[in-house]
Amino acid sequence: MGGFALSIEQLGVAVEGRQILRGINLQMKLGETHVLFGPNGSGKTTLLMAIMGFPRYQITEGKIIFKGTDITRLSLDERARLGIGMSFQRPPVVRGVKTRDMVAACLKEQDGEEQRINELAERVNMADFLDRDINYGFSGGEIKRSELMQLLAQKPELTLIDEPESGVDLVNISLIGELLNSLLEKDCPLVDRTCMGLVITHTGHILDYVNARTGYVMCDGVIGCEGDPHEILATIREKGYEECIQCFLRRTPSG
Amino acid sequence: MVEKKSGSHKDRARAASAKKAALGEDIDLSAYVSSTDEQPYQSDPSTLPAKTREQMLGAGVILDDPSQRSGTFIQMDNAPLHSSVRQEGIEVMAVGDALDKYDWLSDYWWQAVAVDTDKYTASVELSQHSGYFIRSLPGHKTDYPVQACLYLSKARLAQNVHNIIIAEEDSELHIITGCTTASDEEAGLHLGVSEFYIKRGARVTFTMIHNWNAETAVRPRTAVIVEEDGLFLSNYVLMKPVRSLQMYPSVTCAGENAAVRFNSILVAAAGSSLDAGSRVILNAREARTEIVSRAITTGGDITARGYIEGNAPDVKGHLECRGLILGGKGTIYAIPELKGTLAGIDLSHEAAVGKIAEEEVEYLMARGLTRDEATATIVRGFLRVDIEGLPPFLAAELQRAVEASERDIM
Ligand SMILES: Nc1ncnc2c1ncn2[C@@H]1O[C@H](COP(=O)(O)OP(=O)(O)OP(=O)(O)O)[C@@H](O)[C@H]1O
Ligand SMILES: [Mg+2]
Repeated sequence: MGGFALSIEQLGVAVEGRQILRGINLQMKLGETHVLFGPNGSGKTTLLMAIMGFPRYQITEGKIIFKGTDITRLSLDERARLGIGMSFQRPPVVRGVKTRDMVAACLKEQDGEEQRINELAERVNMADFLDRDINYGFSGGEIKRSELMQLLAQKPELTLIDEPESGVDLVNISLIGELLNSLLEKDCPLVDRTCMGLVITHTGHILDYVNARTGYVMCDGVIGCEGDPHEILATIREKGYEECIQCFLRRTPSG
Repeated sequence: MVEKKSGSHKDRARAASAKKAALGEDIDLSAYVSSTDEQPYQSDPSTLPAKTREQMLGAGVILDDPSQRSGTFIQMDNAPLHSSVRQEGIEVMAVGDALDKYDWLSDYWWQAVAVDTDKYTASVELSQHSGYFIRSLPGHKTDYPVQACLYLSKARLAQNVHNIIIAEEDSELHIITGCTTASDEEAGLHLGVSEFYIKRGARVTFTMIHNWNAETAVRPRTAVIVEEDGLFLSNYVLMKPVRSLQMYPSVTCAGENAAVRFNSILVAAAGSSLDAGSRVILNAREARTEIVSRAITTGGDITARGYIEGNAPDVKGHLECRGLILGGKGTIYAIPELKGTLAGIDLSHEAAVGKIAEEEVEYLMARGLTRDEATATIVRGFLRVDIEGLPPFLAAELQRAVEASERDIM
């Protein structure tokens, strides 16, 4: 098991008393990005929320080891401070709290904070949004860029990203891809990378931008298949999730 | 003439001296003393005791460096202590001196506020009182605000104040009023009448910070008349404990295109009872108003009122009242009211009362803030009302005053 910076072992997760995930195993080395596929309602978002540590997602069994620390019982903010970050699909509007304040919170106290915030905003093309209430009246694409701006400020070692390409137009997809790319250090050699990513995708567009090493197919709360993400995507495109599920059922006689 | 008028004011006041107010707990006036000694005039208020100056500073009144102020008035208990002006085109003096100086002032005296409104207005007329007279002359604009401090120093005192503010045509006037007490625990009563007259094309910003103590009862009585193209912008901040506050300042837009904006920040700690609102009557074509209030209870009770009445074509008004309940106790009762009396008016309101949404706290925690830090950030955001029309340094000063009190809330 040596060398894994993230190790999820036999994880079970329940939401409001309902068991959603069972027996999840997932290992990731420093610098790797893994991709989660799976039909709607299969539990992908639930897994990300449970890794991040949202209280509504109760871990019923198993454990999560991050950088050698068992974080299974740590709170959301403790995990964030240890280096786990997440982009929200539908983040809440917080009236009176400016986008600038959120980026500042992510940067923590650093010298030249003001300038750093402005640079980041330029980079995600959101300079005009810094003094607006966070997420207030933001479009789908603007939310994505704002979330990535916060993550670029936070620089998590493990970034959890839920459908980065959904609802994004063709111009923005390349910007978002490029930002993900720099967040996950695609352009530096694997050995030098320190960031990990776990990305949910339906379309696979994002595979053009990130260097994904492993893919998983989630079915009904369990990981049914693990392999090369491009191959998995090709199978899903060709045969649909039904084939993945059938294949999975063939391999698990008790299923 | 003046005598005769004031004679009739006294008669009407006497007739109303037992008249209960329409709203708020009835205060027993006999529990307070109302007369005090004259105060020796202080030509240099920076020589006041350090503790006094510090308390005044907490209410936005700067005595050590008057360069950021265009004038200063200080009333201690029921007597004027100091008044001075640093800029041409502005008059600042004790209201008694102004009445002696200007015969015409009787035309403004008790004209916006009725002397027989209730026993509190009556008491101001019948008891020893002071107050300020602030006037901007036609076409003059103040860069810096005039500051006024109403200071309660004596235990169990009823402080009586009658202010007259006149902004002559096309003038611009900024006022900061800070009200505070010497003692942290002695009981006191503040009765403050303020009459504002905003002439054609004049702009007035009025920022009031109340820093009372948990034993003080406060009954301001304010009315404002805004003429054509005039602007009245009020910012009210109450973040320190107070026993009982009831106020419902009323603005009448008498001229076309008059505009009014109220921003209020109310915080009620356990033991505080606040009943505060803003009322705007739109009586002329294209008059408009926006009323914004933020109420937080950490255990006290708040009634947050708002009333807009549209009586002329093409008037526009919006009322926004948001309340936050921090901790388990306390109540917020939001009462937004709209009244329209003809077609072609546009009045609306929104009100929301609740606790901080857990989803918002978690969003900030996912960025690494602790629960307490996340809560504090959200509360700070809640209290941030972006104020248009206030000079930037005044807005910054107001923001600082709010931030200074935030720590007490958390
Ligand atoms: N708060 C909740 N209460 C009850 N059930 C929930 C809750 N959140 C998720 N679920 C259920 O858990 C299952 C997995 O949901 P999840 O959001 O993880 O799916 P997903 O794989 O992300 O789907 P999609 O592709 O549609 O985003 C679904 O059946 C969903 O209805
Ligand atoms: Mg999902």
